[in-house]
Amino acid sequence: MEFFRIKHDIPFMSYGKITTSISLVTFLFAIFFLATKGLNFGVDFTGGTVMEVHYTQPADLAKVREQLAVTGLPDALVQNFGSSHDVLIQIPLKQNLAGAKLSEQVMDGLRKQNGGVEMRRVEFVGPQVGKDLVENGALALLLVSLGIVGYLWMRFEWKFGLSAIIANLHDVVIILGFFACFQWEFSLSVLAAVLAVLGYSVNESVVVFDRIRENFRTMRKAGVAEIIDNAITRTMSRTIITHGCTQMMVGAMLFLGGETLHYFAMALTIGILFSIYSSVLVASPILMWLGVSREDFIKPEKTEAEEVLP
Amino acid sequence: MNRYPLWQYLLILAVLLAGLIYTLPNFYGESPAVQVSPLRASLKADAALLERAGSILKAASLNPEVVALDGNSVKARFADTDNQLKAKDVLAAQLGDDYMVALNLLSRSPQWLTNLHALPMYLGLDLRGGVHFLLQVDMKSALGKALESATGDIRSALREQKIAYTGVSRDGNMLLVKFRDAEARSKGEAEIKQRFNDFVLNDKEAGGEFLLQATLKPEAERRIQDSAVQQNLMTLRNRVNELGVAEPVIQQQGADRVVVQLPGVQDTARAKDILGRTATLEVRMVDEEHQVVPGAAAPFGTEMFKDREGNMLLVKKQVILTGERINDAQPGFDNRSNEPAVHINLDGVGARKFKDATRENVGKRMAIVLFEKGKGEIITAPVIREEIGGGRVQISGRMSTVEAQDSALLLRAGALAAPMEIIEERTVGPSLGADNIKRGFDSTKIGFIMVALFMIAYYLMFGTISVLALGANLLLLVAMLSMLQATLTLPGMAGIALTLGMAIDANVLINERIREELRNGVTPQAAIHAGYDRAFGTIIDSNVTTLIAGVALFMFGSGPIKGFAVVLCLGILTSMFSAVLVSRAMVNLVYGRRTRLAKVAIG
Repeated sequence: MEFFRIKHDIPFMSYGKITTSISLVTFLFAIFFLATKGLNFGVDFTGGTVMEVHYTQPADLAKVREQLAVTGLPDALVQNFGSSHDVLIQIPLKQNLAGAKLSEQVMDGLRKQNGGVEMRRVEFVGPQVGKDLVENGALALLLVSLGIVGYLWMRFEWKFGLSAIIANLHDVVIILGFFACFQWEFSLSVLAAVLAVLGYSVNESVVVFDRIRENFRTMRKAGVAEIIDNAITRTMSRTIITHGCTQMMVGAMLFLGGETLHYFAMALTIGILFSIYSSVLVASPILMWLGVSREDFIKPEKTEAEEVLP
Repeated sequence: MNRYPLWQYLLILAVLLAGLIYTLPNFYGESPAVQVSPLRASLKADAALLERAGSILKAASLNPEVVALDGNSVKARFADTDNQLKAKDVLAAQLGDDYMVALNLLSRSPQWLTNLHALPMYLGLDLRGGVHFLLQVDMKSALGKALESATGDIRSALREQKIAYTGVSRDGNMLLVKFRDAEARSKGEAEIKQRFNDFVLNDKEAGGEFLLQATLKPEAERRIQDSAVQQNLMTLRNRVNELGVAEPVIQQQGADRVVVQLPGVQDTARAKDILGRTATLEVRMVDEEHQVVPGAAAPFGTEMFKDREGNMLLVKKQVILTGERINDAQPGFDNRSNEPAVHINLDGVGARKFKDATRENVGKRMAIVLFEKGKGEIITAPVIREEIGGGRVQISGRMSTVEAQDSALLLRAGALAAPMEIIEERTVGPSLGADNIKRGFDSTKIGFIMVALFMIAYYLMFGTISVLALGANLLLLVAMLSMLQATLTLPGMAGIALTLGMAIDANVLINERIREELRNGVTPQAAIHAGYDRAFGTIIDSNVTTLIAGVALFMFGSGPIKGFAVVLCLGILTSMFSAVLVSRAMVNLVYGRRTRLAKVAIG
């Protein structure tokens, strides 16, 4: 079986303007949503309490809200979680209530109302912790970006490092844009997924760049655009199949992993889809515009020859 | 050209075999167990305890599957929870207060695996259920306490030296000592400088007063805060022991935070209560006028307490000193008799009170009582031999070295050095934990099967080899996680699935490269060789970038995210090994020996 039997190289570079414009538009959309709607930060970052409770019968949300109002929490957010038996309660951070004791008060109230309630999960995050997590997240993002640029600079050339990181940070912004647009909860595990995508989607650029470097050595007479087109066309089969396989795994998580892994897998899915696009159709045009040339790899051999001659 | 020397095959086989052995314990599952651990440092879990526990269980005709020593505890495994609970009650009743009896789960894996230190993966709280607390130590109040006690110390030092001063007061992080004139100040300054080298001293004149400003040196500040956290950690350990949790984790995190993880604990209210409790220490006089009458009420003005041997003692209600006056307690030896002793360092006020009390009560017994849960216990009740001044107290007599260490720890760790606040709590119920394991396992399984079917259909023989290599990758990854006993969390399980999805990339790269070479008209053997050779550089490059992300996540991530990062990093390492070496070895075994290879099954 073979899906991709492409005889002639596809002239990707001549579409460069179109593909990068498409990227630019998506990118601007993402920025727009991030600016207007903002990310729906989870309790990990904002602080507050999240409780998941399980009822033996389908839960009556109105009654749960009523009970919470009695406990003194009229502004708690109550919703179903996964099934009609499971209820998720979100309580914003409050100054007047001792954070750690809050979950017990709520549980006591709910138990009084209905004996068939079971505590599944409690997460309480104080304001200090949330702030630390935001800082650490930003630091991790910075460190990963610098690390990748540094490594690609060392292995290839600065032009490669720069174009790869531009393409992939653009992926990150687009993932965040999706989360802002649909107001999906942005939790700590989503952040982990975003960083993993950053490391993973750079793979894509690396594979293409490796080919470009090889082509500079083997295709002596070809122009830069031709060389890049050939590299992309010949790695395309691998790109699709690899991402397809990773996506199968991620898809299994998306549908079978339960609520906790759902958004984690969602961030990975968006990341994988866009990384195929951006590392091929964004990183390579940027690389060309940065003026990559054969001389970046092949050191002129004349100097040595001249030295040998008297 | 596609042959490995024999040793290379053997090496790969050996690695896979080791992987298999260390993965095995994960398949046996776990059984309910009871764990007995000594609560005091002086008691050891040894063969005697093992025998004792064994005979108690035998007498109660509970048949444990295994009773064994493990670290500093004795563990007994049972077939069902019914026997486990009965065993816990019997053991707790017969072993007494010196031992903690806790419920636990024990791997059913055979003894020879345990002897090889092959243990099942260590599951995080989100998979096994339990509570995670992050506590913040109030550093300001730790410093405040230290400054308060320094205020008293400076006062008594100046008084002792008969240096005239008009007042010592605390102003934020600074102590202000007021003198009448410059001469008194310079004398006072010399005295304070000599005795309290934790402070930086500055002269200042304001409003006709001669002031001396004393500020804590940064290193002293750090030391005070550090010891406050250490003392709180010790106190927490003692308290958690009371909860009867099998494998608690109590660790410092950062400069001023403490992580407490209690696997399997469901009653979070009680856990919070015990963690937040304040223990106090009191020094009182033993009442020697009355006799202890068992069963009768204590005479007026006295209270009855048990000492550590279980004897009852009558103690006066009047309190001489509380534990707040103790600056430090260290185990050591008596200078004259060379007996084990505990050296206690009291602060200024404490020292003066202690001096007065000892002067008036030479020849009598004094009791040191620790109050917890509103219940007092006499730690020690020594006889006062002479007046003790200077705040340096030594308790000796009828003590072993270990008991001295124990008492010093109790004196230091009886109370929290500074208040703590819970700033993060994550509780996962056991049913959710079990669900999480199932979900993580299911998604990995389904994903793996889909990838396997696709790879075999698309690349035929080479696909089959890739899938076997991926299986080897999973085996090695689980083995590494089991070997390192790294905490496996739900994001960690997601990490396993993700690394498997990413690991196939290396094989796809190789297989595509071989196809391409074949298309260019290269002979099959040369194509295999070139495929592996040329893809290798790319595989390294692309894995290193993912590794960078993994390392950054490990450095900055916390809790479950750290679990994800560990799996990601380990997965990259194992996938390099299995995708390149293991799959190559298999290809070599299948195709390498044929000299005239006309066709390979790569689809």
